[in-house]
Amino acid sequence: MARMKFVCDAERCIECNGCVTACKNENEVPWGVNRRRVVTLNDGVPGEKSISVACMHCSDAPCMAVCPVNCFYRTEEGVVLHDKDVCIGCGYCSYACPFGAPQFPSQGTFGVRGKMDKCTFCAGGPEVNGSQAEFEKYGRNRLAEGKLPACAEQCSTKALIAGDGDVVADIFRNRVVQRGKGAEVWGWGTAYGAKQAGQPPANGAKS
Amino acid sequence: MMRLAFIAAAALVLSACGDKPQTAAGVKSDAPAFQSVTGPGNAYNAPGWKAGDKAAWEQQLKTRTQAGQNEYNRVK
Repeated sequence: MARMKFVCDAERCIECNGCVTACKNENEVPWGVNRRRVVTLNDGVPGEKSISVACMHCSDAPCMAVCPVNCFYRTEEGVVLHDKDVCIGCGYCSYACPFGAPQFPSQGTFGVRGKMDKCTFCAGGPEVNGSQAEFEKYGRNRLAEGKLPACAEQCSTKALIAGDGDVVADIFRNRVVQRGKGAEVWGWGTAYGAKQAGQPPANGAKS
Repeated sequence: MMRLAFIAAAALVLSACGDKPQTAAGVKSDAPAFQSVTGPGNAYNAPGWKAGDKAAWEQQLKTRTQAGQNEYNRVK
């Protein structure tokens, strides 16, 4: 199996925030914490694009690199998780993360001590799989139930895909081939301009 | 006499510098997901795979991804 990955198809996301709601409901995320959120570029302008963002479970996660108490670990499936009993709530991971994934509750079970909270890919934490302790600290462990993250499974337009990286890539590649565009919306060209090596000319873009 | 007093005072002052041993165990080990949920919560396990069977669990997730998130499988 490859690593577990999320991909959000910007051609399909309609900014409904269903993924955000599903995440909060499934994991009973406390008020003020958003493990997942929808980001829209050029909001209100024709051609605006939205994507759903959460922890991307990086293969070389900067949060893991900077954590002074080494509370992070990576599962065999490539899911980046952390141990709230070790976390000291320093916030270094928040500064290191390029996606703004780490959240710090101001109230709730761990809020008074500022324990970091983030997307777990619905894989819980280091407590016993499916236990009450795991649910209260980290939320549901859907992976151990043979299911995928709730945010992706409920996505009405199937913009948000989650699962084995190989399968996710196949699904997205098939879509791009079928509709003839969409892969260029996000990536090097968007982040660094279209004149980077290997990028198609701007007038040749289809979207 | 002065020397004894100095040693006693030094011992008293330096005792505050003693550092208690830190015995934090670090990150707890996490059971692999393919070992499934056992106990009261296992009623929510998806059917079609056996707990502890890694290959079956991986296939279950792949099948679920294709069935639930790739509508081209249904329309073609």
